[in-house]
Amino acid sequence: MSTLDRTFDWLDEHFRYSEILALLRKKTVPVHRFSYFYFLGGMTLFLFGIQVFTGILLLLYYRPTPNDAFESVQYIMTQVRFGWLIRSIHSWSANLMILTAFAHMFSVFFLRSYRKPRELTWLSGIALLAIVLGFGFSGYLLPWNTLSFFATKVGTDIPGQIPGIGNWVMTFLRGGEDVTAATLTRFFGFHVALLPGLATLFVGLHLLLVQRFGMSVPPSVEAEWSAKPAAQREVPFFPNFLLRELMAWYIVLAVLGALAAFLPWELGVKADPFASAPAGIRPEWYFMFMFQTLKLLPAKIGPISGELVGVIGFGLAGLVWMLLPFFDRESRGRTTRWITGAGVFVLAYIIALTAYGYLAK
Amino acid sequence: MLRGLAPDILPLALLLFGVLIPCGGAHAQTKNTCLDCHSQLDPPLLVSAADYTDSIHAQKGLTCVSCHGGDPSSDDPTRAMSKAAGFRGEPERNLIPEFCSKCHSDAAYMRGFDPSLRTDQYSQYQSSVHGKLHAKGDAKTAVCIDCHGVHDIQPPNDQRSRVHPLNVAQTCSHCHANAEYMKSYGIATNQFAEYSASVHHDALAVRGDLSAPTCSTCHGSHGAAPPGVDSVARVCSTCHVFQAQLFDSGPHKDVFGAMGLPACVTCHSNHRVVHPTDALIGTAKGSICLNCHMAGDAGYVAAAAMHDDLVKLDSATARSDDILDRAERSGMEVAEAKLAEAEARDDLTKARVEIHSVEPATVDSDINAGLKVAASTYQAGQNALAELRYRRKGLLVSVVFIVFVLIGLFFTIRNLESKDSR
Repeated sequence: MSTLDRTFDWLDEHFRYSEILALLRKKTVPVHRFSYFYFLGGMTLFLFGIQVFTGILLLLYYRPTPNDAFESVQYIMTQVRFGWLIRSIHSWSANLMILTAFAHMFSVFFLRSYRKPRELTWLSGIALLAIVLGFGFSGYLLPWNTLSFFATKVGTDIPGQIPGIGNWVMTFLRGGEDVTAATLTRFFGFHVALLPGLATLFVGLHLLLVQRFGMSVPPSVEAEWSAKPAAQREVPFFPNFLLRELMAWYIVLAVLGALAAFLPWELGVKADPFASAPAGIRPEWYFMFMFQTLKLLPAKIGPISGELVGVIGFGLAGLVWMLLPFFDRESRGRTTRWITGAGVFVLAYIIALTAYGYLAK
Repeated sequence: MLRGLAPDILPLALLLFGVLIPCGGAHAQTKNTCLDCHSQLDPPLLVSAADYTDSIHAQKGLTCVSCHGGDPSSDDPTRAMSKAAGFRGEPERNLIPEFCSKCHSDAAYMRGFDPSLRTDQYSQYQSSVHGKLHAKGDAKTAVCIDCHGVHDIQPPNDQRSRVHPLNVAQTCSHCHANAEYMKSYGIATNQFAEYSASVHHDALAVRGDLSAPTCSTCHGSHGAAPPGVDSVARVCSTCHVFQAQLFDSGPHKDVFGAMGLPACVTCHSNHRVVHPTDALIGTAKGSICLNCHMAGDAGYVAAAAMHDDLVKLDSATARSDDILDRAERSGMEVAEAKLAEAEARDDLTKARVEIHSVEPATVDSDINAGLKVAASTYQAGQNALAELRYRRKGLLVSVVFIVFVLIGLFFTIRNLESKDSR
């Protein structure tokens, strides 16, 4: 028996990993024309891993105070060996992660993978999307540059519109009346402690639920398979599916490297809280559709302010979106068509308003 | 019978009395029959009600009566403009400065409106060319209303005022650019055209810098007079302090003085002060040094040396700017080098000021400091571009590695699945 075999034996004796491997070998993934969408969740998870890794490296040098934040990021980008790569990958990976998270959500939605008994998987996924958006919002401020400073000012103004608790939420987010050093330290806290904790919890729950119920097969494929059982195909999760997922991860890695080398993430100009807001303040692209909607709403709709109507509208739309799995029942064909129609509308709305936000002067 | 009615009428009468008294009081205060008529008349008797009510005098509570006398409460023009009512009418043109000065030279009176307002305008006017001509009985020379207007007078800091910094040159040009009007005085009328082409006009009118000079900055306003040969340098030095100090310390001051040449104006002109370039100094065609210096003399050699110095640093900063801009456009972080680059440009600005000493050695020290900074920033730009090339090579290597891994994974999966299917 070789030393390697003896090591594995020792590990198996003390960890019982062969049982897990057996479980993974037993686990299968269905193969059909929509199988490629199964990679999106894994890609999001991979990008999250990159965020954790690069985030920890950035933490070695980043200092969360208005006097030091910008300079410390500048130091990372110019003085720290490979600091430019780590910072640029962290920023690009954050954006790609939000993109793959949205793509994952819409693929799950249109393939109707949220159906019973996977409602909790859907809900935990929605929670993860909210957490990821929270990561994006809090991380955007950390370099303390002009754009991020004023975008945070505008962004934290919006929850202030919520009736009753609005002012409290805004003050809580900002740590006071205005965006100051207190805002920076608490956004830093959210970004590196609170949100990672929540993300770990929900990623664990999400993965556990995925393992528990396996991969969902779209209803159209399911119908074909029950009509013709010979057409049903599946591959073992380990190693077949995992190796394919690994290929997807490597492609993402190459894309990230290319983006970091050819389009390094800019640092901008240090924020000056006493300067007036520059023209063309925009949020990050993933908040653009909401921002543009609020901009287009008239100042007053009846007796209520337009912005408040927008905030309430998005709140209710989000709630309905979250609860959709509970409305979708196999037996009700009309409801299903209505839900798919709503999904197409939501996707078209997000794309159209985002494009409008970037193209409108 | 009347006595019987009294208890019924009394309350009514009291009520009417109570209503009418305040109405009558208000009417007496706002009634201005002057404007009622004069806002309807044809020029020159027309007074625009809007212009007048918007003027500084109306805003401070002065009315027509304050200057013209009369009774504005009377609807009868004969009574309203009667001598008995103190009507003075339109002040004669030759009496206007004295007329305005009645209030504007009375410090105690003016303090009631604006304690910081000067009250020496009249005495300054008397010392001005305008005032002196006026004293000689010249009816054409400028009096208060020619520059400030009549009924629509605005404070000088109001953009609508004829004497707001942005409007002063235009106001002066009404007379001073009118060749026919100025003929009898025998002075040039091209000042406004010359000034309009100057760097000073550009700063004021184009860039909106209200501290930039206009006519009154150099000539004075109420005491307007051309600065003499001796005082030109002092006038320019109120803004160009360092240039004046360096000029005073250099050899030009005495030479210019001996030749009766005005200090700054000899090289820079007066109204048409153009934006100075490095070509103004030196020995090439178009250089002003050649107006006095000839090949071989000490000034000629110094001019050539200073010109070469300026050009050297100017090109070095341009070269650094170019490479740093290229690096920045490629996404490299060069903010520190750009900050340092500003130092090199400061040195160039200092050197351009120091040429007023006409001492090449003085100019040299700033030029050398600037060249040193420019060399280091150029190096920083080169390093940034080299780093960029290194990163792209690194990316190529990692992509090649990733492609190999992908090919490996692809074949591994194919092998695995062909084995399974067998």
